[in-house]
Amino acid sequence: MSKEKFTTLKSTAVPLPNENVDTDQIIPARFLKATTREGFGENLFRDWRYDSNNQPISNFVLNDSSFTGKILVAGKNFGCGSSREHAAWAIYDYGFRVVVSSFFADIFKNNALNNSLLPVVVSDAFLKSLLDAIQKNPSLEVTVDLENQFIEFDGNKESFEINPYKKSCLINGYDDIDYLLSLDKEIREFDKQHA
Amino acid sequence: MGKTLFDKIWDAHVVRQQSGYPDALFIDRHYIHEVTSPQAFDGLKKRGIGVFNTARTTATADHNVPTKDQHLPIKEALSRHQVETLRKNCKEFGVELYDLGHPFQGIVHIIGPELGFTQPGMTIVCGDSHTSTHGAFGTIAFGIGTSEVEQVLATQCILQHKPKRMRIEINGTLGKGVVAKDIILYIISKISASGATGYFVEYAGSTIESLSMEARMTICNMSIEMGARGGMIAPDETTFSYIKGRKFAPQAEAFDKAVAQWKQLKSDDDAEFDKVLAFDATDIAPMITYGTNPGMGIKVTDRIPTPEELKDISEKPSFIKSLDYMGLEPGSQLLGKSIDYVFIGSCTNARIEDLRMVASIVKGKKKANGVEVWIVPGSKQVEDQARKEGLDKVFEAAGFELRSPGCSACLGMNEDKIPAGKYCVSTSNRNFEGRQGPKSRTFLASPLSAAAAAITGKVTDVREWI
Repeated sequence: MSKEKFTTLKSTAVPLPNENVDTDQIIPARFLKATTREGFGENLFRDWRYDSNNQPISNFVLNDSSFTGKILVAGKNFGCGSSREHAAWAIYDYGFRVVVSSFFADIFKNNALNNSLLPVVVSDAFLKSLLDAIQKNPSLEVTVDLENQFIEFDGNKESFEINPYKKSCLINGYDDIDYLLSLDKEIREFDKQHA
Repeated sequence: MGKTLFDKIWDAHVVRQQSGYPDALFIDRHYIHEVTSPQAFDGLKKRGIGVFNTARTTATADHNVPTKDQHLPIKEALSRHQVETLRKNCKEFGVELYDLGHPFQGIVHIIGPELGFTQPGMTIVCGDSHTSTHGAFGTIAFGIGTSEVEQVLATQCILQHKPKRMRIEINGTLGKGVVAKDIILYIISKISASGATGYFVEYAGSTIESLSMEARMTICNMSIEMGARGGMIAPDETTFSYIKGRKFAPQAEAFDKAVAQWKQLKSDDDAEFDKVLAFDATDIAPMITYGTNPGMGIKVTDRIPTPEELKDISEKPSFIKSLDYMGLEPGSQLLGKSIDYVFIGSCTNARIEDLRMVASIVKGKKKANGVEVWIVPGSKQVEDQARKEGLDKVFEAAGFELRSPGCSACLGMNEDKIPAGKYCVSTSNRNFEGRQGPKSRTFLASPLSAAAAAITGKVTDVREWI
């Protein structure tokens, strides 16, 4: 089934320098009760965004109106912990289309790629200078070019790796099931032989 | 060059290897539960297709269920709806469901092995990161997201790139009071919460070989807490005798035939791993975590580090934030710290052996005043066995509450939550901020250490009790 296509994105970015941001922070388990994929954005980073009386916590970056945009820039080991795809859904539903970090947890990375959310892995040094630059200038424009595999801001440019198959899925809006369904006959044969 | 156990199992399950594509990997067993499956079933409905092979799919309700009065309708409307959706989907698609009240119901990673579904050499997935538990049987088992659950329901395959291989060897004899949970918390404290990201781990060595299946499951379960996709242990006689006679395992002659095959499942002597680590069992002590990721662990008698002692100085702000959340001072002792709750449960430590460990410590003793203790068996079968052995009487006399099976306070999703600001010694797997309930504070430890803490009301060195 077709998904949103991703080619190039130019946007301001939101800095979240914390390391080891786990999926329980991205979307706490008590908000995983929905049976659809939509609406998780409202609880993205719930316990960092709102206090126990549901009042916005003013010093959290998503509550700071100077920082907006479709790119989330986060500290290393982003998305560790639970396999909940709800974490990727929440980030996407909130409006982000790219997450930049120096290191992603494996399952989160797969989940993001399966939901038209591009994880961009950069060097520690690039991450630090990007975070600093956004802090200094919240209206800084960041470019993420998937076709040519680079990220750029203010004359700083770094290329990033992405698996060619996943790249083509994102650019064309394909998903994995379309490919696997085309192997149906082979899979049925395999299943029979391994019963 | 020889092959690793991981490669042998992986290669035997590749249906299609095509240049430019990830491998299409056949999945032998797919476990599903109420939280990560509804959107996947919806996807099947939209595509107008069914479940590829219902005989390879097993469902249970665990994450979102109450652990009290399970015979009554679930109180909370959204939780009830999610469990009812699982029921509806399983019925519509013909998937076997071990629902609340069924004698096989329980935490998905506890019932799979217990029922004999999990067998050596298999590929196993579930929409839950602790699927790595099943690796204890010499399987490739890993957690997946909901889009991948849909892939497996639709095609019995998953598109995956082969991860790198790591071998972690532990040799030597464990000291008294040191159990599997301490081994894995020790390893994670050494290599960090991201130390195995990108890898699939094989645990080996004389210490691992000496462990029971329950203990091996505890270790493989927490592989994800160091970032590994999964962890596995080569099957041996301990594995085979655990499986023998279980309901869905091969029986009689078929079992003997299977064992002959399972015996082939080990890494060749000259197999090459991308990374090899080795640890000495005699250096491992009862462990406890003090921070908000599972890598933040110490020997129970050690001090909490100071920011200056961190290996990676860039982690200083996160470290300070973490201790602030926990209400702890850098450089202080955790030993003797007062606690409010003890939670014994989860897919890490809620098997019968774990409950026996707890009983061995608390027999004839009473819990400390002001401490609440919840024992949540991993499955209906574990609960029944505990009652048969009279463990329920031991717990009752100690003032512990024996509840019904479910994920319970491991993840702060169902009714069982640790209140804000309270300290809980927990046998579960994650100490993330708010994991056990908003603003809750978690100390991860073994069932032995948790039992001792329940009696003293403090963080305790269980070695003094043995």
